[in-house]
Amino acid sequence: MIGHVTALQGYLLLAAVLFAIGLAGALTRRNAILVLIGIELMLNAANLNLIAFWRYGPHPEALTGMMFAIFSIAVAAAEAAVGLGLVIHIYRFTQTTDLGQMNRMKG
Amino acid sequence: MTIVFYLIAAITIAGALAAMLLKSTVHCALALTIAFAGLAVQFLELDAQFAGFAQILVYIGAVAILVVFAILLTRGSEAPKGGVFSKSWPAGLAIAAMVFAVLGWAVLSSTSVLPNETAKPTVSVLEIGNALMGRYVLPLEIIAVLLTSALIGAVIVAKHEKGSAK
Repeated sequence: MIGHVTALQGYLLLAAVLFAIGLAGALTRRNAILVLIGIELMLNAANLNLIAFWRYGPHPEALTGMMFAIFSIAVAAAEAAVGLGLVIHIYRFTQTTDLGQMNRMKG
Repeated sequence: MTIVFYLIAAITIAGALAAMLLKSTVHCALALTIAFAGLAVQFLELDAQFAGFAQILVYIGAVAILVVFAILLTRGSEAPKGGVFSKSWPAGLAIAAMVFAVLGWAVLSSTSVLPNETAKPTVSVLEIGNALMGRYVLPLEIIAVLLTSALIGAVIVAKHEKGSAK
């Protein structure tokens, strides 16, 4: 089965590996910044899928997958800025980025 | 699959693994940059030059720097006392492994043969600009509003307030 991996399947498998790594990191790390890094990795894996489907899909000249990926990159940048801003703000109140110690909603 | 794909895939996966496994948070951010660079090269391999360079500019140029700033501002570079992984890490690892198993099974067992294996799309920046200004102009404007509001929001959230801070 592995011997007949097509180019598209190769890229999809790489994206699946990256997604799994990001998911495992986001679920197991205790530092809030590293959880955000895991989420970024998952978003990147999705982007790789979009680009791979665009390249090997039937109508690459329509640019659909590429546009999806570009907009996804822009949304991910906004998400990273807001997420890290929130982490810095929470750090000011709790003096920690450990998610296990962020256990109250009162500021 | 070419040897180039396997080499870059190995570098990308190694970077991602290091970003999630290393103890020092700063080292994690640097490893993350390697993973982003590997992905950018994969985009270039897939003939998506614009997306590849956008990946380099946005992720390596902006997001990685933001992460490093956040780490240094929060003293996150110091190793925590109770280990870097939460107590429930076997459950998280099992969930990730199951997700990967399902994704891998779906990819390898799919029978859909895509017709366009060899035709190489040639996309110029002119075409991308025309598409952005024509068919995709509404998403472009929405993204512009989203980015502006997100950046203003991030500045307001992270701003130091003298009255309320401890």
